[in-house]
Amino acid sequence: MGFFAKIGSVILKTAKQTSELVGLFLETVTWIVVGPIKNKFVKRDGIFSQMVFAGLGSLVIAIFVAFFTGIVIAMQSAYQLSRFGANIYVAPMVSIGLARELGPVLTALVVAGRVGAAIAAELGTMKVTEQIEALDTMALNPIRYLVVPRFLALLVMLPCLTVIADMMGIIGGFVVGVFNLHLDPYRYLTFSFKFMAWKDVWTGLVKSVTFAVIISMVGCYMGLNTKGGAEGVGRSTTLSVVTSFILIILFDCILTGIFFFANK
Amino acid sequence: MAQQEVVIHTDNVKRKFDDRQILNGISLDIYRGETFVIMGGSGCGKSTFLRHIIGALKPDSGKVALLGKDLSKLSEDEMDGLKKRIGMCYQNSALFDSMTVGDNVSLPLREHTKLDRSVIDIVVKMKLEMVGLRGFEDLMPSQLSGGMRKRVGLARAIVMDPEVIFYDEPTAGLDPIVAGVIDKLIIDLSKKLSITSVVVTHDMKSVFTIADRVAMLYDGKVLEVGKPEEIKKSGNQMVQQFISGSPDGPIRFFQQKDDYLEQLIK
Repeated sequence: MGFFAKIGSVILKTAKQTSELVGLFLETVTWIVVGPIKNKFVKRDGIFSQMVFAGLGSLVIAIFVAFFTGIVIAMQSAYQLSRFGANIYVAPMVSIGLARELGPVLTALVVAGRVGAAIAAELGTMKVTEQIEALDTMALNPIRYLVVPRFLALLVMLPCLTVIADMMGIIGGFVVGVFNLHLDPYRYLTFSFKFMAWKDVWTGLVKSVTFAVIISMVGCYMGLNTKGGAEGVGRSTTLSVVTSFILIILFDCILTGIFFFANK
Repeated sequence: MAQQEVVIHTDNVKRKFDDRQILNGISLDIYRGETFVIMGGSGCGKSTFLRHIIGALKPDSGKVALLGKDLSKLSEDEMDGLKKRIGMCYQNSALFDSMTVGDNVSLPLREHTKLDRSVIDIVVKMKLEMVGLRGFEDLMPSQLSGGMRKRVGLARAIVMDPEVIFYDEPTAGLDPIVAGVIDKLIIDLSKKLSITSVVVTHDMKSVFTIADRVAMLYDGKVLEVGKPEEIKKSGNQMVQQFISGSPDGPIRFFQQKDDYLEQLIK
């Protein structure tokens, strides 16, 4: 195959996958909307068990990452700010930086690595062992039965995790501010929230909802399109994490751009 | 056959995957209550044909009618309704790994009926008793042997009391005794519950134990259809070779010998 033919085939394949991914998303949304009307909605316990897995299971690791990120931002910003005697501005730096950017993005990356990979591996294994086909033969649509609960669970749990991560990061910054920079604890907390606008929080949550869609859809898509036995399952799992990471960063950039320019 | 109601009708079903013609015009009628065996070598398209009958795959051309309904003309909801009236046993049983045996068997009831949990539990126990696995409800599929998994798969296939059951290689990879048990189960189910059974297999012993009628598939086409005795006496060399399992005969396993040398030195 020539060079241009290769580029062409890669572009065509990516375009096809993108359209299939969007198709899966639309079908999932259709099931969520039409399902209750047709009395064919997902059972609640299916959604709850996914919420426990995706949310509660990721809690410790999300807290861990956010807490230490908070500490790191506080130290890194103090390194510069102390030169101007503006150490107190570490507080809003940490709180706003986390709420707008690091809370949603880092939590999403953690969840993509843990939950997205698990979704792809589980659905991939089900696909290669004919379990998906068996579901279909029992008149259970795999999208309704497998994708919708995972989608809804992440849609609810990722923003929740993000809010918790934001708070944990602020606590991390607080630890540095109070014990290392010797700032007054009350003043630190006042400054943390004084400069924080409502917009800082909701733009972060809009991001995390978008990331939830990306992680669940990419994981399910890769899983459902698995081919070729155990090796195929491994490939889908890797591909789901890599694709999620790239899309999360890409959409973070796009959304930040939108919020940034919409403000002007 | 007392009744001759056609349950499955296929007319000139063709299907191509990439460049390979897998199904090359298959026309068959399967009647209510009979055990119909589709036999043929590996890769002759018998599993693919089965998937066309249950609507999992669509033919390029030709017609498939299941329980009197043309599959190509059904909406998704009608198709779902039809799927509830059939059961399918997969080659590697396709049990859901994340659920217990009991939950596997009860899944269709839990999803499609409004039965009370206690009633469902009773039905599950009855179906597991039929396959000789009562008391295994709380085990996970990974804790079962291959033969037990197949029997759980069978219990799951019959839990909705289907009119037609499809078996994809029910005895493949099992020891002779378990294979015999599965054969007996298939016979029992079709005789006791007068269920129509469609069995895809290349296990000759099982073919002549269970079949009311047999179809031999070769190269995507029906070679011969008939009662087991007729098939046994068939004048067709290919059918005879398949039954005896001889490597020499009209069905060539090895490719043409002429190009062997050419390929070696290429």
